[in-house]
Amino acid sequence: MSTPEDLALRFEDVTMGFDDKPALENVSFELGKGETGIIVGTAGAGKTVLLKTAMGLLKTWSGKVFVFGQDITNLSEKELFDVRGKLGMLFQESALFDSLNIEQNVAYPLLNQNAVKCAPNEVRPRVQEALDFVELGQTLKRFPSELSGGMRRRAAIARAVVTKPPLLLYDSPTAGLDPITASTIMTLIIKERDLDNTSALVVTHRYQDGNLVANFRYNPEDGKLAGTKEAERKRTKFIVMKEGKLIFDGNQQELESQQDPYISKFVKKPN
Amino acid sequence: MLDTLKGPIQALQDFFQLAGTAIRNLWRTPHYTDDILLQMDTIGVGSLPIVVMTGFFSGAVMALQMGRALGQYGQTGRTGQVVSIILVRELGPVLTAIVMAGRNSSGIASELGSMKVTEQIDAMRALGTDPIQKLVTPRMLATAIMLPCLTVIADFVGMFGGFIVGRYIYGIDTHEYWSSTWRALEWNDVVQGLMKPFIFSFVISLIGCYYGLRTTGGTQGVGRATTQAVVAASVIIFILTFFLTRIFVSVTPS
Repeated sequence: MSTPEDLALRFEDVTMGFDDKPALENVSFELGKGETGIIVGTAGAGKTVLLKTAMGLLKTWSGKVFVFGQDITNLSEKELFDVRGKLGMLFQESALFDSLNIEQNVAYPLLNQNAVKCAPNEVRPRVQEALDFVELGQTLKRFPSELSGGMRRRAAIARAVVTKPPLLLYDSPTAGLDPITASTIMTLIIKERDLDNTSALVVTHRYQDGNLVANFRYNPEDGKLAGTKEAERKRTKFIVMKEGKLIFDGNQQELESQQDPYISKFVKKPN
Repeated sequence: MLDTLKGPIQALQDFFQLAGTAIRNLWRTPHYTDDILLQMDTIGVGSLPIVVMTGFFSGAVMALQMGRALGQYGQTGRTGQVVSIILVRELGPVLTAIVMAGRNSSGIASELGSMKVTEQIDAMRALGTDPIQKLVTPRMLATAIMLPCLTVIADFVGMFGGFIVGRYIYGIDTHEYWSSTWRALEWNDVVQGLMKPFIFSFVISLIGCYYGLRTTGGTQGVGRATTQAVVAASVIIFILTFFLTRIFVSVTPS
């Protein structure tokens, strides 16, 4: 077993829920530094709840959550702000602030996160850099409502990565997007992983997203994805959730050899 | 029985917790001055036309009724006195608060509710901002400053509405109307007339924020939260005004 220092994220027997109904039941897993975890499962399986619990946005009933070796389970909201400085999150519907333009949205964590030290004169260049990264460098003054769904998702990725957090949480990054835009978003996620060597948890309904992360790497020379080497595939793990329980945790090969009908439904589902 | 009470008691506890945190935040950094000024503009200046209209016509209609009733005793000249007392003590604060509840509790609940269902509140927390500090405290402070000001304006415009009716329908002399209006008021009327809106302001802003922040269930949930906020704020204002008046009546010498 890895020591807590080697881990980006660790769930230890976590149970939590809403009212009296559990949404996560005895969930335990580990995510190493530099590793990407692909979480698949049907709607209502607890995937989003898992991400929000990792971020400390939802409190656990029992069990412990460690972020880079730090137990965040009983931290106050104020103490959590420091922990959240190490995390970036892409929300399901982007969650850009409607009343702010794209530049202000992306600058928001730089200006408001206490853990992030950013001099006022560095804000603009860093925002521009983050928006160039997602190829939205020309949209600084536009408002979220003026952008398409895919552009909003990219702007939200820029906001998540602008502080260069070592762990990123992506909640259904490709949901509701056409295949071409979805592949652009996945390329960005792989690009972020390979250029900044970040850890990530990616929630998705689509197995091919996970397949892409596991088997491709970003080629900075032509800006496209290229096949990855065998050793690099170990950087990706798969987690399958069902009704709040974690029912599979392993690599792609192990996942594809599973006989469980619920799991194989995800793996073999053509899309 | 206990299970039935659990929900309302939990809601009450959550509300007071929110109110306590929002008030405590007044002494905590960071202070979002820009947001406070923006809210003062939206809540205060934005409500001015509707408050002026309501104030004017409530004063005018009161003068219409009072002028006729007092005329039976040959006391039409006292219309201004009655209008000013009722407006400053009771109707000005209550009507302004009700109008503000309809406009602003609903506005706050729908704005915060939309932010809640689109995960913007979670995003705010994820990006290092306390939503109560950033969203609730500025709205509470802005309403607490602006509502007493708007009430003073509504009171004055109401008296002016009463004057127009008194002067042109009942033929009351201008000087007589304004001097009786002025003489009728005492300091405790003014204190009462300003204390009430100050207290109501917390009901209007915090009820809006409370229902907004607990919104669930998409756009339908936003609609529900908005309606609940207006209904709850209006009813609480009527209940509170009774008890506040009762307190003022018992502490002021007759």
